[in-house]
Amino acid sequence: MKKKHSLRKMQVNQRGVIVSVGARGDLGRRIRDMGLVPGTEVAIVGRAPLRDPVAMRLKGFTLTLRNNEADHIIVETEGKDLI
Amino acid sequence: MSSTLTVALAGNPNSGKTTMFNGLTGSRQHVGNYPGVTVEKKEGTCKYKGVKLHVVDLPGTYSLTAYSLDEVVARDFLVQERPAVTIDIVDASNLERNLYLALQFLELGIPVVIALNMIDVAESRGMRIDGETLSELLGVPVVPVVARSGKGKMQLLEAACSVARSREIRQPFEISYGEDLDSALAEMQPLIAQADFLTDTYPARWTALKYLEADEQIMEKGRKADAQVAGRLEKIAARITHHIESTMDTYPEALIADHRYGYIHAIMKQNVLQRDDNSDRMYISDKIDKVLTNQLLGPVIMLLTLMGLYQFTFTYSEVPVGWCGSLFGWLGGTVDQLLPDGLVKSLLVSGIIDGVGGVMGFVPLIMFMFFGISILEDTGYLARVAFMLDRVFRIFGLHGSSVMAYIISGGIAGGCAVPGVMATRTLRSRRERLATLLTAPFMNCGAKLPIMALLIAAFFAEHEALVMFGLTLLAWAVALLAAKLLRSTVITGESSPFVMELPPYRLPTIKGLLIHTWERTWQYIKKAGTVILGISILVWAMMTFPGLPDEAAQQFAQHRDEIRAAQPAAAEELAAAEEDTALPAGAEALQETLVEIEGRQAEAVLRNSIAGRIGIFLEPVSRLAGFDWRTNIALVGGFAAKEVIVSTLGTAYSLGEVDPEETGALPDILAASPVWSPLSALSLIVFVMFYAPCFVVVVCIAREAGCWKWGAFSLVFNTVLAFCLAVAVYQVGGLFL
Repeated sequence: MKKKHSLRKMQVNQRGVIVSVGARGDLGRRIRDMGLVPGTEVAIVGRAPLRDPVAMRLKGFTLTLRNNEADHIIVETEGKDLI
Repeated sequence: MSSTLTVALAGNPNSGKTTMFNGLTGSRQHVGNYPGVTVEKKEGTCKYKGVKLHVVDLPGTYSLTAYSLDEVVARDFLVQERPAVTIDIVDASNLERNLYLALQFLELGIPVVIALNMIDVAESRGMRIDGETLSELLGVPVVPVVARSGKGKMQLLEAACSVARSREIRQPFEISYGEDLDSALAEMQPLIAQADFLTDTYPARWTALKYLEADEQIMEKGRKADAQVAGRLEKIAARITHHIESTMDTYPEALIADHRYGYIHAIMKQNVLQRDDNSDRMYISDKIDKVLTNQLLGPVIMLLTLMGLYQFTFTYSEVPVGWCGSLFGWLGGTVDQLLPDGLVKSLLVSGIIDGVGGVMGFVPLIMFMFFGISILEDTGYLARVAFMLDRVFRIFGLHGSSVMAYIISGGIAGGCAVPGVMATRTLRSRRERLATLLTAPFMNCGAKLPIMALLIAAFFAEHEALVMFGLTLLAWAVALLAAKLLRSTVITGESSPFVMELPPYRLPTIKGLLIHTWERTWQYIKKAGTVILGISILVWAMMTFPGLPDEAAQQFAQHRDEIRAAQPAAAEELAAAEEDTALPAGAEALQETLVEIEGRQAEAVLRNSIAGRIGIFLEPVSRLAGFDWRTNIALVGGFAAKEVIVSTLGTAYSLGEVDPEETGALPDILAASPVWSPLSALSLIVFVMFYAPCFVVVVCIAREAGCWKWGAFSLVFNTVLAFCLAVAVYQVGGLFL
């Protein structure tokens, strides 16, 4: 079953597809320049020791985001797939 | 036609751009700055088939917006300097994101060759890339290369030269941005073309796109060039923006980025990229990260790594540091014997050799430290440090990337605040950037190391590495707390995005490490050779002139004569004695007395000198922190450059205490001096760590912050803070000892 929720809620090793990016301004620009655009598949690789920021893999590279930045990104996931 | 072609190297950070630059230019490189900004400009030359190539390494960027200094510098260079060809270094194992920048180069209509770098890594990950199809689709040459090994370099140069020589006018690349934006572009383009609006620098469609993206730099230029056309373009952009907002709940800039990535995705689908196996396979990097950024192991390993760096630096540099010390010691000794006593000898030995030698003696140490930092940087570990520490840094109103500026400034002791302050430009938010660049000079830069090493050797010799490590932690604590203080008083405001790439772990190349290390060490040596030489001479002059009044000098001479006259036998023995032979007891006692008088005379000279007067004037205040007038002289010199503190102390003591038995080691002199104690040494270390940054850094801060106010602020704020801390150490410590 497919679910839509913010990227922050994703578990480590879970995969999903970006549905929309709500961020604007500088944050929006940075996020898009790095390839976080709708339709992109992301997989959570891990979290920093203090649970924030989060590291994810997309388009063959690893990107890190803070949790409050991940809030702006809505993803569609399918249950709790493990890689 | 000139036979020199300008070649620009562009690409994403971590795409292997610098490796390629080093591979092409070898040691024929030069590091400077782009005019007016502090972004580093690396240039070099290389020859290919008799053609001289002038290679410029542009800053690594992900895009070409107007909102980061690096990106503005890169795009201004491309359109204003118009290099004959731009080589876009693309990481083949990360093709999609790298092509995002490539597309923007093509839209700019500049001559481009794409270097498909790290093709071997891509293949090892089961990716097969069809360079020929990519070349056809993009309309530019695509050359597979491996920058690390130099494979494909010749083919790349061949392609670059042929593009550069063909001089055909390239049609800017056109991408469809969807119905709404395309119609707006179609409306704007003829308007721009007819009015020749900025067309001498930018293609019409590109300018139109920038108006839709609301690019501040281009809109500003447009308004200056032709206010009327600019007004009409802005109106069209506003209209279409409103339309897109109301129908699609997004804005043109976002839509443009989406379409660019969509276009790239479509290219990939045309058999450009094929994956042999499951694309989700775990990369080696991820496996390493499972350990190195692990919740428990990560921080432990990070601390051990940093601690290990100290051990490495201090243990292995000990021997070459010793060599340097003895070389300058020998040099001083030789000059001392060859020249007659007098001003010239004093200038050479006390001013130049002691001054510069004291600084150059630490070159091996700094070299080892830079080598270690380069390893951490080039392997990709530093980015993990930023990742792990961001949560902590945010508490203090900073950014995970502040860690870079801190570390380069000397967070791992031995950096330099000049490049550190410059490194803050990767921070986008002005506030975090300001807080970082104002606090980065608190770190233990290479210039503070000599004085710290000196005092540690003199007073805490048994625990060298441990004390050094403790001082590093102290530097971090003070810097972070000061940042918090600044962020909650003078620089208030929200935090900026953290979005950052974690580059895959890579084995650094020896060549890259050596070039990196050498560049930074050379900057240090240059500083020692120029600024510090000048200051050493100035300080020597301040410590020598005006000299003693004749009357006082005569008194000393008279005193000596009286003593000699009182013991005629011993005086005769002393005069007749040859060097290096044991003196009879009477003569030895006499010699000691005479030397003591000489020392008192030298001290009197120093006290009477300009520097001495300043030092004495400040002594009542500095006593609170345990500094005597000699230290004050050194600290005043340290305003110009921190390295000068050691050389000035050296001069102060070699002038003040002429002791033939102890020509060498300053640590021993200090340890034996009654004025010094471990407590006053600690107090001085603390003061040196935190007081006003050196002049060069103050200039950099003013330039990076955009006004002199912040340069002046750092001078005053840091000195007051340092003095309070030093007094606290000395006074509170005094209660317990």
